[in-house]
Amino acid sequence: MAVCIAVIAKENYPLYIRSVPTQNELKFHYTVHTSLDVVEEKISAVGKSLGDQRELYLGLLYPTEDYKVYGYVTNSKVKFVIVVDSSNTSLRDNEIRSMFRKLHNSFTDVMCNPFHNPGDPIQSKAFDGIVSGMMVQTG
Amino acid sequence: WKALRRPLSTVKQVYSFKEKHHGDLQGAGDQSLFTSLYTSLAQQLPREPMEWRRTYGRAPKMIHLEANFVQFKEELLPKEGNKALLTFPFLHIYWTDCCDTEVYKSLVKEDMLRWQNSLRAHGSADWVIIVVETNDNKKKNKTNILPRSSIVDKIRSDFCNKQNDRCVVLSDPLKDSSRSQESWNSLLLKLRTLLLMSFTKNLGRFEDDMRTLREKRTQPGWSFCEYFMVQEELAFVFEMLQQFEDALVQYDELDALFTQYVLNFGAGGNFGWSGLLLRRPIDMEKRDGIQRGEASLLDLRSYLFSRQCTLLIFLQRPWEVTQRALELLHNCVQELRLLEVSVLEGALDCWVFLSCLEVLHRIEGCCDQAQLAANCSHTVGLWAYATDKLKSLGELCGLVSEKEPTSEDLNRTVDLLAGLGDERPETVNSLQSPYKKLKEALSSVEAFERHYLELSHAAMEMYRAIGRLRSARLVGKSLAEFYMRKADPERAETFLQEALKSYVSEGWSLPVTHTRKQIAACQKLLGRTEDYLQTSALLAGDVNLTTEERKHFCQEILTFAGKSGDQSQKVTLSMGVFTQLTRLQFRPATASVHSGAVLQVELTLRCLMPVSVHIQQLAASIHFDLERGGTNGRSKGTQRQTNPGTVEFHQSNSSAGPPSSSAAGPPLELDEIQDRSPSDNSLNSTGVVCKNTHLVMRRHDSHSPPDTPNCVSPPAVAMKEGAQMLKVQDVTLEPGNNSIIFTAPSGQPGTYTLRQLYATVGQVQFVLPHIYPSVQYEVYSQEPQLTVEPLSEPLLAGLPQMVKFTLLTGHYTVKKGDALQLSNTDTMPILPSSSCTARISNPAAEIIFDTYNVLSIQSSEKVTSISLPPTPPYHTLEFHLEVLCLIPSGDERPANERLTNGEVRHRPRSYSHPDTPMTAIDQRMSIDCPWSIYSTLLALTFYIPFKTKHSLLSAGNRKYIQVCVQNVSDVNFTLAEVKLTEKQHATLELQSLNTKTQQLLCSKHSVFCLWEVRWKDDLPSCLQCVFSADFSPLNQDISAFKPFHYQFQFERVTTLYSVRADILPPAGEQHCRSGLLCGLEVCITRLTEPAEGELAEDSKTDTDGLKTTKLMYEVADSSSNWAVCGKSSGMVSMPMAASATHKVQIEVMPLFAGHLPFPKIKVLKYLPHTAAVAIQPDPDSCVENDSLSLLDKALDDQGDTASIRSRGSVHSVGSGDQQQKGVAMPRLEPFSPGQVFNHSYTQQVLVLPATDDHIMEVNAT
Repeated sequence: MAVCIAVIAKENYPLYIRSVPTQNELKFHYTVHTSLDVVEEKISAVGKSLGDQRELYLGLLYPTEDYKVYGYVTNSKVKFVIVVDSSNTSLRDNEIRSMFRKLHNSFTDVMCNPFHNPGDPIQSKAFDGIVSGMMVQTG
Repeated sequence: WKALRRPLSTVKQVYSFKEKHHGDLQGAGDQSLFTSLYTSLAQQLPREPMEWRRTYGRAPKMIHLEANFVQFKEELLPKEGNKALLTFPFLHIYWTDCCDTEVYKSLVKEDMLRWQNSLRAHGSADWVIIVVETNDNKKKNKTNILPRSSIVDKIRSDFCNKQNDRCVVLSDPLKDSSRSQESWNSLLLKLRTLLLMSFTKNLGRFEDDMRTLREKRTQPGWSFCEYFMVQEELAFVFEMLQQFEDALVQYDELDALFTQYVLNFGAGGNFGWSGLLLRRPIDMEKRDGIQRGEASLLDLRSYLFSRQCTLLIFLQRPWEVTQRALELLHNCVQELRLLEVSVLEGALDCWVFLSCLEVLHRIEGCCDQAQLAANCSHTVGLWAYATDKLKSLGELCGLVSEKEPTSEDLNRTVDLLAGLGDERPETVNSLQSPYKKLKEALSSVEAFERHYLELSHAAMEMYRAIGRLRSARLVGKSLAEFYMRKADPERAETFLQEALKSYVSEGWSLPVTHTRKQIAACQKLLGRTEDYLQTSALLAGDVNLTTEERKHFCQEILTFAGKSGDQSQKVTLSMGVFTQLTRLQFRPATASVHSGAVLQVELTLRCLMPVSVHIQQLAASIHFDLERGGTNGRSKGTQRQTNPGTVEFHQSNSSAGPPSSSAAGPPLELDEIQDRSPSDNSLNSTGVVCKNTHLVMRRHDSHSPPDTPNCVSPPAVAMKEGAQMLKVQDVTLEPGNNSIIFTAPSGQPGTYTLRQLYATVGQVQFVLPHIYPSVQYEVYSQEPQLTVEPLSEPLLAGLPQMVKFTLLTGHYTVKKGDALQLSNTDTMPILPSSSCTARISNPAAEIIFDTYNVLSIQSSEKVTSISLPPTPPYHTLEFHLEVLCLIPSGDERPANERLTNGEVRHRPRSYSHPDTPMTAIDQRMSIDCPWSIYSTLLALTFYIPFKTKHSLLSAGNRKYIQVCVQNVSDVNFTLAEVKLTEKQHATLELQSLNTKTQQLLCSKHSVFCLWEVRWKDDLPSCLQCVFSADFSPLNQDISAFKPFHYQFQFERVTTLYSVRADILPPAGEQHCRSGLLCGLEVCITRLTEPAEGELAEDSKTDTDGLKTTKLMYEVADSSSNWAVCGKSSGMVSMPMAASATHKVQIEVMPLFAGHLPFPKIKVLKYLPHTAAVAIQPDPDSCVENDSLSLLDKALDDQGDTASIRSRGSVHSVGSGDQQQKGVAMPRLEPFSPGQVFNHSYTQQVLVLPATDDHIMEVNAT
């Protein structure tokens, strides 16, 4: 299960970011922000080779000693980043993919809300619920 | 491979070749024979590739087989369960050159049997017997030689039952003949085939065994190390076959298995942290450790990785090494943590650091500089990781500080270095080994700094080179933290600012806050007060911080502000971070006041500070623009007024708030534009224009977002002193929204624009350099304005009407005694009114009641004076006045006269208005006002409610006058006292035929009145009549009746001729029949004696002395009832005497049956050309070129009064001065209406259908 889930706008500012435990929030912010480097690298690399037939899931962006950072980018260049604890070795690639898919579906629902202004931070309770379901349950 | 050679002699010799190739042949035999063949055998065997078909559906591969030849020994044969694949004898060869049957029987066969038995005992079925045949041997033993074939046959029959291919003949191997070559080739092929067969079989068996072993891994007593050795054997075999890929797979499998194993069971123990060692292909030292089962986790991992690394480099995939290395290192750290292995603090860091550098060295060793540079994306991770680890080591060992490390730190360092052990022999001599680096870095503060900086900069540069700027900045931030620890805030700040810029521009608030806090610390240390205060202000308003922290930073500002310093100590900060201007409201909301009036401005400020802040002065500077021509009045002022009363300010993104606005750029300000054609105002194109392109299109990366005070110093603010200001003293801003009310200066007329906002807190001044969108208010000065307008539309002429006077006093104060002087006009008298009151209202349209509001109106002959009540400036004074506009009665034309004020009186001119059927009159008024030396000219438009027409009707000699009054207004009137008088002829009697005295004249209806003209002697040829009537709106009393006059005149009234027509049926018929000619008899009779004027006018004396006049008649039938046959017109010469008659016969034919109206008969005056020269009585009726058209339309030429006169009353006045334009040509002239009376006008005659009615017309409808 994830320790941090972030949704980042096309312009690279965070639309949503949540992490557990909360005392490490800052560190996750730095981690997610830095991971954008690799996201951009991967997007541009894929863009050159395959055109529009691209895979949304970007795979492992980069591992750190403590965390593995996975990326996913929608067609509208909204990025999803999931940070997983490195010690969590039971997590398979497929599970990460399905987490991203779930996240994307919920994000689409948020965007479909006529009262949501695209570009604003996400405050949807439903989205929050989905994210909570994917996060490591503390305590 | 072990090749077995059995020579003639029984001496056995073992050849063991330690080579890296993939197998052994075991052999025994005569050293000389085998040695002589060995070289070429070993060389030629691998020359040709063989296709290797593999089990489990793996793709076949072409491989080259190489062999080791070893002399056969029974003890070398593998025992049951032997897992050594590398030393496995794959094929056993028995070499013999025996050609003697006896020898074979006695010795060789026995030997072979023994060999075979021992092979069978060890379960090996992979063997071959090679019989070498040489001519020398044959020669030597010529006598008792059996044919060679028989020996081979014998061997085959003895040993190879059904396996003839197990015995091969090699003939003359040392000869260079084609035969020997051929036999060599077949031998080699045979050997390769057999070898591969055996290899495949044995490898398969090995793999199966290995798998079986692996399946047992859950059983107790299973040793990973043992299994490791088994699978590695396989890997070695693949490696020797140069199948590095397959070899790597074995190690990867081991790796994965180990990971699983670690997770499930755990392994551990003591270990050193000497790091990876990649310089040897096989680290036998570690391998031995594993074999003995003594390896630690790190050892095992290290060994595994070194093998993978070697293979990957063989496979030319160095970049995979770096990637795997990083994974490995992370993994190991995780595993050790998972296994809860107790490690000396820092030991892991050492291990990771050394390993990173070792991998990098290894990669550097096998790639050139260009390759390295191009692939730094693969290596940079290791660099950064190494940097990280070195930093934490430095912190651990007390090397990251201003001071020298303590003894405790030193102890720790010594422990760590001891764990490294001695340097490996491979690197002892290299100057730059990771081992030496680490040792040196931990040796002193300076050395550590040097190494750490070197690594950091290397990592940063690489990150930058591959465009990972965020990562580079993160390393930079880490470096900044290092500098902070080293008490070098100056260098730290550079890195922090760079990182901050990136976080701010991408809107990551938490990192922004964190970095800003670090910057604040730097700035405080550097003593940069202004910057520090600015940053503190940002942090004090940062919602990401706790209230305590925010209060702290706020206090920092307040403390500084409270210091009593000299003037130079003043600090100017950007206001945006301290408090935000959210709203500005004008009172009154129009933001436009007259000079001297009170205008209030309410500011809403959102204070971002966590505590309430006392402000000594809050001021807004004002830019004053003298409005050009701005004293004109209000209309211009309101036009220019674009600001609504309330201005909302868009929030420029706060320092730490959600940055969507900055990231998305400023909002577009769009306007619609329409391009219209100048000629007909039709739309050519329409579009949308962005008004703030300069903001929207601005490059974001090259410019920090507007108003984000991430830059150290706030924007330079020029504070203009002396200018006008809005000011309030001593306000306290509470956290959140505050409302502050200013009173704006409004002395001079003009435009006041709010430019900047200042808040002064002691030594600190917060400045908002631009108020955007711009806010302005206007102060105007207004001239007094007088307008007069109808109280109700439309104003009707002829009736008393109310008009409204409105006086906007503007800057003028109406004093007691001020009066308006209206010049009287005859056409519009002002009706005196006893109670005329004025209403005074202030600019807010509130009515002010006052005792002096009664107006006194005094009229003299020429002037009406209205004295005004005293009225303050910028008030509105209103009163009503009743006026009456007289309806002009006709064609009188009064001479121009001068008004009392010297103006030329303008005769009110009537004209028809397009919007209404009523005729309009513009009535001008001239008013002298006390505030001006010039008269004010105003115009009112009145409408005449009636349209009047008149006509003369005749019956023989009798005359009637009809007047039609049409009500074109919307009002219903009562008409009374209808009268018609003739002005000049007293004898004339006009007898009214109207019965009613009062008549209702409804809107849009007409009333007709009729009079019979009676005369005694002669009927005057010219009648000048005046129609008069009284009228009033319906249901008003008698006093409300107003007169209405209408003048008109008739000329040439007397009937001169009567025309009588008769239609005679054809001869013998009683009635006319259609299609038959009838006779039309026209009889023209002179009724009167010629009058004087007539004689002179159009008569001429005939040759016989009789006065005649020429008439022209014309029969025309416009309705196509009649066909005129023959002459339809002609001239008649009429004697000018009463009862002179002329008859004309004309043939006509009715075209239809029925009651047909008579054809029309026209009689016209014929004027011969000579007469035309003399007098031209009516030039307007001139007929040119014999045309019969009557040009009475030319009457319109007559000038401005013509249209209200009757069209029929052509008067002769003024005709004399008209140029005669007729040429001396004979002309026709119509008679005036009434001069010719037609008796048979509208008479009808019965026409029967034609007799031969075989044609019948049927009209079916």
